[in-house]
This record gives sequence, structure tokens and C-alpha cells, in this order.
Amino acid sequence: MALAKITQVTGRGVFVPGNDIDTDRIIPARFMKCVTFDGLGEFLFFDMRKNADGTDKPHPLNEPRFKGANILLSGTNFGCGSSREHAPQAIQKYGIRAVVAESFAEIFFGNCTTLGIPCLAASREDIAKIAAAIEANPAVELVVDVAAQEIRFGGQKVKTVIREAARDALVNGRWDPIGELLEGRAAVTAAAARLPYLVA
Amino acid sequence: MPKSLFEKVWDAHAVRSLSNGQTQLLVGTHLIHEVTSPQAFGMLRDLGLKVAMPHRTFATVDHIVPTDQFSEPFADPLADAMIKDLRKSCHDFGITFFDRATGKQGIVHIVGPEQGITQPGTTIACGDSHTSTHGAFGAIAFGIGTTQIRDVLATQTMALGKLKVRRINVTGRLRPGVYAKDVILHIIRTLGVNGGTGYAYEYGGEIFDRFSMEERMTVCNMSIEGGARAGYVNPDETTFTYLKGRPYSPKGAAWDEAVARWKAVASDPGCTYDDVVTINASDIAPTVTWGINPGQGISITENIPDPAKTKVADEKTSIEEALAYMKLKPGAPIKGTKIDVAFLGSCTNGRLSDFQEVAKFLKGRHVAAGVKAIAVPGSQGVGLLCASLGIDKVFRDAGFEWREAGCSMCLAMNPDKLIGDQLCASSSNRNFKGRQGSPTGRTILMSPLMVAAAAVTGAVADAREVFAVTNN
Repeated sequence: MALAKITQVTGRGVFVPGNDIDTDRIIPARFMKCVTFDGLGEFLFFDMRKNADGTDKPHPLNEPRFKGANILLSGTNFGCGSSREHAPQAIQKYGIRAVVAESFAEIFFGNCTTLGIPCLAASREDIAKIAAAIEANPAVELVVDVAAQEIRFGGQKVKTVIREAARDALVNGRWDPIGELLEGRAAVTAAAARLPYLVA
Repeated sequence: MPKSLFEKVWDAHAVRSLSNGQTQLLVGTHLIHEVTSPQAFGMLRDLGLKVAMPHRTFATVDHIVPTDQFSEPFADPLADAMIKDLRKSCHDFGITFFDRATGKQGIVHIVGPEQGITQPGTTIACGDSHTSTHGAFGAIAFGIGTTQIRDVLATQTMALGKLKVRRINVTGRLRPGVYAKDVILHIIRTLGVNGGTGYAYEYGGEIFDRFSMEERMTVCNMSIEGGARAGYVNPDETTFTYLKGRPYSPKGAAWDEAVARWKAVASDPGCTYDDVVTINASDIAPTVTWGINPGQGISITENIPDPAKTKVADEKTSIEEALAYMKLKPGAPIKGTKIDVAFLGSCTNGRLSDFQEVAKFLKGRHVAAGVKAIAVPGSQGVGLLCASLGIDKVFRDAGFEWREAGCSMCLAMNPDKLIGDQLCASSSNRNFKGRQGSPTGRTILMSPLMVAAAAVTGAVADAREVFAVTNN
């Protein structure tokens, strides 16, 4: 199965401000009572977006002007907490194709990469610049260039950082490692044979 | 060259380098549960793949099981579908399933050690961020996502970048009434909720040398709350004594060989770490959270932070957000904050010693009027041990509801949930917004004895005063 080479993501942005936005906030646990990931998109940030009576709370994802945004921007330590892949699955199924934040929690970052969602880190100042541009014109086109590790928008350009292993995997179309892991079968058998607890 | 345990275990399990520079890492032991694994079996079926080493994956149910209903079908049809789906996948692929009928069911991070499956020098993966718990045995244990569960099922390996290692020494003596939970809440408060990103934490020093396995598990459990994907303690005689005679522990001559290997896997004296932090145990007090992440903690004698008193803009915003959610008054003492619910359990503090310690002080006391108090053993095994020691009776007599094993109100995927903006004194690991099942529910994390103190007084209290604690 050939995977897409994700060299860049182009589209509109939406800024969800805040630090330490945890995976419980991204997808509350009660929506994980499912045996597939289908249909998780509508529950993205559910309790941040909805009141108990089902009416909308003020939230960027509820604003019509940000409808159709496919690039999510946020603060530090985005995706902390639970390892639930339901979080990046909900993000992807909602239609988000890239996440830009000041920093990312480890497990979340890995889960996103494996699903082909680039997570790029940018400075607070640069994220503020992008957020200001989106605020001024929600239709402004963002180019998240994974290969060049930069974001271009409205004639401006900011630097981003992405871990080299993830960048390599995304731009070369090997972000889902299953194919390569399966190819290592013989080496796995040999390695397992050297470990007494796996032999016994 | 002297090496850390992390490096030794990593090197022993590194199969080869992958094209993106990550390592194909052998996962010796794979643990699964009903929430994050059914989808992985679906992916496996879609790709037409088999489970590579079915005897190295162990399953149980914990997140969604009702703690007040044993029989199936469960009242919640979605939960019922999840347990049945996992049971079928385990059957189809030949995986050992610690189902409820086996008497060995429980929270996956309690079952693994209890069965002797968790062993030093091994790699362990599980689709749950609190997999770091198993590091207490000197294993390198990672929380993983569902696609990685698929990878482990299909290949017994996963793609991973090597972590750095931070040694955290806790030296000296803990003061009376201060527990392992306070140690880790203090560490997270000190190093921050993202201070551990990119690191494995190696915990050591006199405190850890003296800690029981269960105390070590409490600390390692919450490594991820400090951002560290893995956390471990070097194996020693305490570890070996705990493991001896457990169902999956090596027996006879194999036991002696295993102990020799386990001793050799500990970090070498003089090995280098990427970072070293030293904490004085006497600086640690009974700690409680006041905010919406586990790093927002204070000692029970401190006041709730006042955003007006900080000059750091970021900190001001996060304090304001947390206090608005928690409905707490800036600058007020945390002690005396009224609670609605007391929850004792979870993979952090749902083991025998947690209930045993509380029972010592709970005799003759009663849960305050208007407080709902529930005690949930982390496994059927823990429940049986408590029953054999009469601990369940102490809790029941004190007005606690004594339940069946499961994750329960830690993340409230089962019927145990907060209602509205109830405030819960909780021995669990996360105080995130909405964590305990109500979108406006509030959580204050603390040690089991502090939960009991809150339960009997109806407010956040200093357990040392409530129970006249004079020594540990």
C-alpha cells in the first residue's frame, strides 16, 4: 500500500488558544465507547463546544467563518494526557490535516504522525502572527510546508520545527510504519531468540 | 562503558534501524484492554494479518466495566458490545484473556504485576498512557496508540525514537503522613506537566530504595502526567521478593537465572544521564491539586494561587482558567473546601496497600453526611485480599460503597460518574476538565489517606490532623 507523500498541507486555519489542552478535552472519554473510530469527528472538543442542553458555547470551531478550516493552531503541550488515538482520529475525521502548536505531548505527536497528520511546532509569536492573519481574514490561505519546515500565509513566512524522523516519514510517504516493520520479520525472530524471557 | 537500565533494555530489544531513523523495537510483553484495542484487531483483519506472538499479548477489561454489576449483558449496550468484541478477538487470535470469570480481571496495570507478567529488563507496551506503571519493576513500558497496537499485534515490534534519561533522586526521609502519591505530585509540580517530554524518568535515591513495589508503581504510574512517556525504578531485592511465586514468574532453576539477569540489568554505577534532578524528601508535604492538570498542586497547608500575584502572563491565564473551572477562590486555603464525592481506587492507588493503609485509620470513623464515597479495588485479586483481611468491612462500616474491580470513576467510562459540578476528592491520576464523567465535574487529586480524610470530614482536610498520623 503506497502512502501519500505529505510534503505540504494547504488550506484555512483555525486557532484554538490555550496551553496543556489534553486529550480528554479533544475527545471526552464517553465518546470512546465504540469499536471503530468512524464518526468521532463530530465529537471533537465536544465539551468545549457544547453546553449540557446541546446549545453551542463560544468556541472557534463553532464560528461559521472558520468552517472548513483544515489546519488547527494552538498553544504549548498540545495533546497531553491519555494515549487515546481517538484524539487524533477525531481531529482527522473532523477534517483537520495539520496541527501547528508551540509544543506537543509525546504520545499524541507519535499517534498523529502514524496517521499522516503533521504536527509542527512554531514560536508563540509566530503562531500569534498566523492567528492575527486568520482573524483579519479567515479565508487567508496557509501553506504548511512540512518539507521546508515553514508556514507561508498572506505574504509572510514563519519557521517551524518537526522532529526529523517524523518529517522524513511524512514527506517520503512512510508515516505508517507497518510495511517496514513487517519486512523486518527475520530480524525480529533473531532478536527474540536472544531474549531468554521470550524463549522460555 | 557503564550504561543505564534504559540503555541496556533498549539495546537488547532494538531489532534494527528504520529508514526514518527510528528504531524497530521488540515489545516483549503486550497488554491490551477493551477501549483502545478492538479497533486494532479491525485494522489487522482489514490488512489480512495475524498476531505474530499471541502468547506475548495479555488482555483484560477495565475501563468500561460496571463496578456494581457483575453479570452480562451490561446495562450499557455500548459497553457490552466492547467487552464482547474483545473477548471474540482474543478467542479468534489465541490471546490469553483475564476475563471476569477467571477471577484475575482488573485494571491492566494492576493485573500485569499481580500475575508476574511484568518483569525487570523487559519492554512492555499497552494502549494506555499509564503503562509507565510497569517501570516500577525495571521494565521499559510505553503507552501507545491504537495503530501502534496493530503494529505490535502484527509484528511484536513498534517504531520508536530513543528517549533521553533523567535521573530523579529523592533523598532523605518522608515526613509522617506523606506518601508515594505526594512524591509524584510534588515531582510533577516541580518539573512541570511537560517537563518530561522526550525523557524516560529513572527514579532513585533512599526513598525509592525503601519503597514497596506498590509505592514504586504509584510513582511510575504518573510519569506521563509529567510528560515522561516512561518511568522506572532499578530492580532490587524488593522487586524479586514481590515477583517470587507469582503465576507467570519463572520457577525453579529458571528463577535463579532470571534473578541474575535482573540484577545485571540495573543501571551501572557511574553511568551517565542526560539530566539529574535531586529532591529532598523532607520538602514534600501531603499534596493536593487545585487546578485542571496534575502539575497544578500545592501542599495541604498552602493557599490557592492568586493570579493577581503572578507577573508571568501565561501563568496568570492558566491560573484564571483553572480557578474559573474549579470554582475556587484565589488566595483562599485549599483546606476546608467542601467535597461531594470521595473516590478511592484507580491504577495509581487501587492496590492492597492503599486500602490497607486507609483501613488502619478509618476504623470507627464515618463518611460525612452528604458525601458519596466509593472504594474500588483495582483488581479482583486486590478485592479478594481485602476481603480476606476484613478491609472491605472497615470501608463498608465507615459508609463507603465497596465495589467490583475496574477503572471506575478515574475516567468514568462506566456508570460511576460525577454529576453536574460535583467536587471529588480522588486518588486517581488526572484532574482534567470533565475527566470524571461530567463536563463540569471537578477533581482534586490526593493520596488515599487524604481522600479518606476528605470523606470523613466532608471537606479537603489534612489527614495528619484528621487521623492523628504520627508515623509512616
